Order: sequence, then C-alpha cells, then structure tokens
Amino acid sequence: MKFEKRAPQLRLKLEGWRSRVVFALVALAFGGLAARAFFLQGLNTGFLQAKGEARYGRVIDLPASRGPVKDRNGQALAISTPVESICATPDELDEVEDAQLRALARALAISPEEIRQKIARKDRQFVYLKRQISPEQAAKVIGLGIPGVFQQREFRRYYPAGEVMAHVVGFTGIEDNGQEGIELAADERLAGARGSRKVIKDRKGRIVEDVESLRAPRDGQEVVLAIDQRLQFLAHRELKSAVEANRARGGSLVILDARTGEVLALVNQPDYNPNNRAHVTGRQTRNRSVTDLFEPGSTMKPFTVAAALESGVVKPDTMIPTGAGSMAIGGWTISDSHPNGTISVAQVIQKSSNIGAAKIQLQMPAERMGTLYRELGFGIPPQTGFPGEARGQLRPWDKWRPIEQATMSYGHGISVSLLQIARAYTIFTNEGQLLPLALVKRDAQPIGKRLVSPETAAQVTRMMEMAVMPGGTAPRAQVPGYRVAGKTGTAYKPENGGYNERKYVSSFVGFGPVTRPRFIVAVMLDEPGGPKHLGGDVGAPVFSTVMGAALRMMAVAPDAPGTLNVQAPREGSEG
Amino acid sequence: MARLNLLLLAIVIVCALAVITSQHRARRLFSELEGAQATATKLNEEWTQLQLEQGTWATNKRVESVALRRLGMRSPDPATTVVITLEKQ
Repeated sequence: MKFEKRAPQLRLKLEGWRSRVVFALVALAFGGLAARAFFLQGLNTGFLQAKGEARYGRVIDLPASRGPVKDRNGQALAISTPVESICATPDELDEVEDAQLRALARALAISPEEIRQKIARKDRQFVYLKRQISPEQAAKVIGLGIPGVFQQREFRRYYPAGEVMAHVVGFTGIEDNGQEGIELAADERLAGARGSRKVIKDRKGRIVEDVESLRAPRDGQEVVLAIDQRLQFLAHRELKSAVEANRARGGSLVILDARTGEVLALVNQPDYNPNNRAHVTGRQTRNRSVTDLFEPGSTMKPFTVAAALESGVVKPDTMIPTGAGSMAIGGWTISDSHPNGTISVAQVIQKSSNIGAAKIQLQMPAERMGTLYRELGFGIPPQTGFPGEARGQLRPWDKWRPIEQATMSYGHGISVSLLQIARAYTIFTNEGQLLPLALVKRDAQPIGKRLVSPETAAQVTRMMEMAVMPGGTAPRAQVPGYRVAGKTGTAYKPENGGYNERKYVSSFVGFGPVTRPRFIVAVMLDEPGGPKHLGGDVGAPVFSTVMGAALRMMAVAPDAPGTLNVQAPREGSEG
Repeated sequence: MARLNLLLLAIVIVCALAVITSQHRARRLFSELEGAQATATKLNEEWTQLQLEQGTWATNKRVESVALRRLGMRSPDPATTVVITLEKQ
C-alpha cells in the first residue's frame, strides 16, 4: 500500500487538536503583524514620515536684504550690504595654541588679550569675536582653519551721504528695523521678508535635493525720494555755516519744488552721522523742520494781506495809518520796530509793520482769517508720512480775543513747523492753489486746492518782491540775475506764558524766480546768539546763497534784466 | 512563456538603469543649479558693495573738496558768467 511507504515518523498517530492549535497561533501572529502594519501605515503615517524626514531633511533660512533708499536721480542714500560676524565657541578656542591665537588676532585686527578676555567666560556657548566685518576679511579669518571659529551672515546698512541726509533718511536698529525718518516711515516697503526652504542633505552636509520651497525670500523694495542730493548738500552746507556764523542753537532749511510740492531738500542743525551713532543724542536726531514748532512771526503777514485783498476790505494802495509805532488793543500794546507813519498795504509787507497787519486784520471778521489759516494747513499734520509730524497750534477762530486776532496777523499766538509754512507759500507760486507735500518722488502734477485768486497771489508776490529790494526788510535776500520774493520773520520765543525778549527765532521764506517760480526756500534759525538777530540779517543771506546756487545748478534762465551778461544766440551755432 | 519572461526581465533591467542615470543627472544638475545660485548671490553682494563704493566716492562733499583743493576749481561768480539764451524751436 502506498500508505505503508511513508516514513515511519509519519505513521505516528496524532491528536487532531494539536494541528488546530498551531494553525491558530500562526493565524494570531499574522493578525498581529497586520494590525501593527495597519497601525503604522494607516494611523501613524504622518508622524513617522515627519520623523524620517527630520533625519535627512533640513530647513534652511534664506536671508532677504532691505530695499535701498535713493534720491530723485537714483543716487543711493541708504544701502544694505552683507557683512560677516566672526563668532567662536569658547571651549574649543581655549585649546588652541598661542601662535594660532596670535594669527587670529592679527586677521581680526584686535589684540590677543581681547580674544582671551572674550573666551574667558566658560558659561557661554557662543561669543562674538568681531561683528560686521567685510566678507573678504571674514574669508581670511575662516581660512586660518582654527577650530571653534565660524562666521555668521548679517546685513549692515550704510548711508553714503552721511550727516547730509541724516534727518531725512533716518536709520535702522540692530535688528534692521527702521527707527527714524524714511527708514521708519517706509519700513514696511523697505523691509524684506526672510524665506526658508526644505532640502535633503547628505552625511557631509551637502545639499543633494530640494524638497520644497516653504517661503520664497522677498527682498525689500526700493524707495525713491523727492529729495535731490545736490540741493540737499547745498542746503546742508549753507545752513551749517549760517548756524555757526550766527552762533545759533539750531536751525532748519527746506527747499520745495514750487510747482509740484515735492520736498527737494530738508536739513537741520545740529545733525549726526548715521553711520556712527555711538554718541548721538536726541537733540541731534530731531528732525526740527518737521517736529519742532515755533511762532512764525512776520512770515505770516502775506496771508493776512491775501485774505484782506480777497475779501475786498483793502486794495494794495489802500493807506493804513500806523502812527508812531505802538497801538493799544484791549489792555495790551503791540508795536513796530520803528515808526512807519501812514503807509500803503504793499508797504506793510515791505516794511513788515505789525500795526499795519493788525489793522488790516481787524477790518475782517475773525472767521475769514481763521478759515484761511486752517485751509493753509496750520494746526493740521502736513501728512508727508514723516514720523512725529507736528500739527501746530491754532486756536479755533470763534474763541479768539481781539488781541489774539491782532497778534495772529503777524504770526504770534500761533505755532507752526517750518515745513508747514513752506507749504503754505505754494499758494503764491501756484496762482493761489495750495499743493500737497510729497517726500517720495511724484510722477504727475498734483491737483492743488484754490484758496485765493491768481490776481491776489500776484499782488502779494509783488509786495514780497518789494520786501527784498532796497527799502524793504531783506535787501540781502536778493539773488543776482533773478527776481525773487520773500518775507522775513523775527519772533520772540514764548517762555513761561510770556515772551523772552532776548531769545529770537529768525526766519525767511521766499521763492524764485518770480516770473515762473521753481523753488520755495524756507530758512529758520533758532536763537541766533550773534550781534544780529533779525530775519533780514540772519535768514535772508542764507536764502540768497541757497536760492542763487539752486537756480544756477538747475540751469534756470535768469529773469532779471540787466544784471547778468546775456548773450544773444549766434547765427548757425555749432554747439 | 519563458521567452516573454526573459523579455520582461530585460525591460525591467533597462528601466532600472534608466532610473539610476536620470537620478544621477538630476543630482548633477541640481548641484550645478546650487552653484549658479551661489554665484548669483555673490555677484549681487558685490553689486551692492560697488554701489556703496560709488556712492561714497561720489558724495558731493568729496567732489567739492577735490574740486576746490586738488584741482583748484571755483564756482563762477555772476560777473564772469555769460548767459546764452537759445532760440525756441
């Protein structure tokens, strides 16, 4: 029988349950494996994949650079450049031989003792040996191959124009965030966004594959200012020498484009170097022309006269009796610097008569003047975007007392910033229209707001032209070859609720050339300490130099006949 | 049947080799890309540094001092200036 041929072991007769037990055990083991596989593959897969990737995948930080700030001609005013910081692990560096340490010190241009001091603190994992050095120098240092020394990428912001642009551009902090000026105002636009990406690295740390870009880095955008660096430099140089010559506590100068309202130059004294701010104080960083208020004084008189001409209460040749130079209003006395007798409205501007301005003002309802001042932007921030813009003090006209209304006519009892008053003068350069200011370059002509008629603007301009001629308050404001117009201002500084009659703010605001205005220049000197303090002696010469140089620099055709050698074009000119 | 199996085996081997080469090429191209990106970053850095250098050399302050001191230049005063008016076309 076939059965009998089997091996003798198989002839064994076993119990049937034994095979069933084995089968059940094996089935149970398989069931366990299947359950485990399901648990790992189905339920826990995300966690496990993440863990696996973490073994070889790395997230790399991608630095983004901050956008540059440029002037209207594309000159760089603030630019970020990569630098390296040299760091060290004290524990490792401590075991280095003396010769190597000396080589390191030489490469870093510091003394070996300084390095020893820095690595003496064993509790630190990490010290900076030297921050922000050039990549070339860093490469040399790293090239020494000293253990425990490594580099770290950082960005440093440089300001090529230095103190000339300091107040406009401002500066950034250690974290590359804007702290002052445009750097703060346009921080969002300038700041880049760091990115990151995921890669696979091999054992030696080389990137072998790009897994995904988590966030692309975005470099900051550039900001093009309305400022013209050449004009800014000119303004800075002249203001600085004027502040020194007059021993003033400070000063500001603003140049506006008379046709577009763009801020072409804006400088203040004292200033600071934004590249080296170790000993900089708040007094130096303050952007005075924007944040500081002063009582403007007589530079406000043109607005009083414009309002009066506009409402028809006077004409340019209306005679105003100013008497012996003093006048009482409600228990107060206002006075002129010298008696003028009976003078025309035009002469009130030319001679800068306080009494004349007050008398013209008092012929109008307070509402007329109050509304014009408000419309000119006094008491309202000028909205240039500069941080810390001052709004100025202008009390509502319905609360004015008669004395206030009178002093307001010659710029006392109201406070403004230099930028505000420079802007208000755009009504004289734009046929009565007030222009909005712009700090960032403008592409199109802005739409002005008409506050006075073109005729009124022209009449007041003629009066201001008389003020800079012989017989006016500021003959020193004249510019050879060009017709200019402007108004002086000399105001006592308010102190303890009254006025300190030994402290002055001297100013001059003017524009030129009169035939087709290009620039408005406003100068203000705080507490000139020299023998002269009048706006006509202190502010006007600065105006004259700056305006003259600016007009020549921009090749503006002279409009004053007979003062320059004018040569007719030659026939068949050959360039 | 055996011939079909052999054919399929050959196809599988060819495919496997193709995968290896393409992976290798992808790695090589990737490292080239990395290198090119590093060069781009480096050039960009150099560009900002050159811009900065140009900005520093070209500051009006320096230009003025070179013009005045080294070159002995001065700005013309109105008496020595001749204004030429061009005919409008």
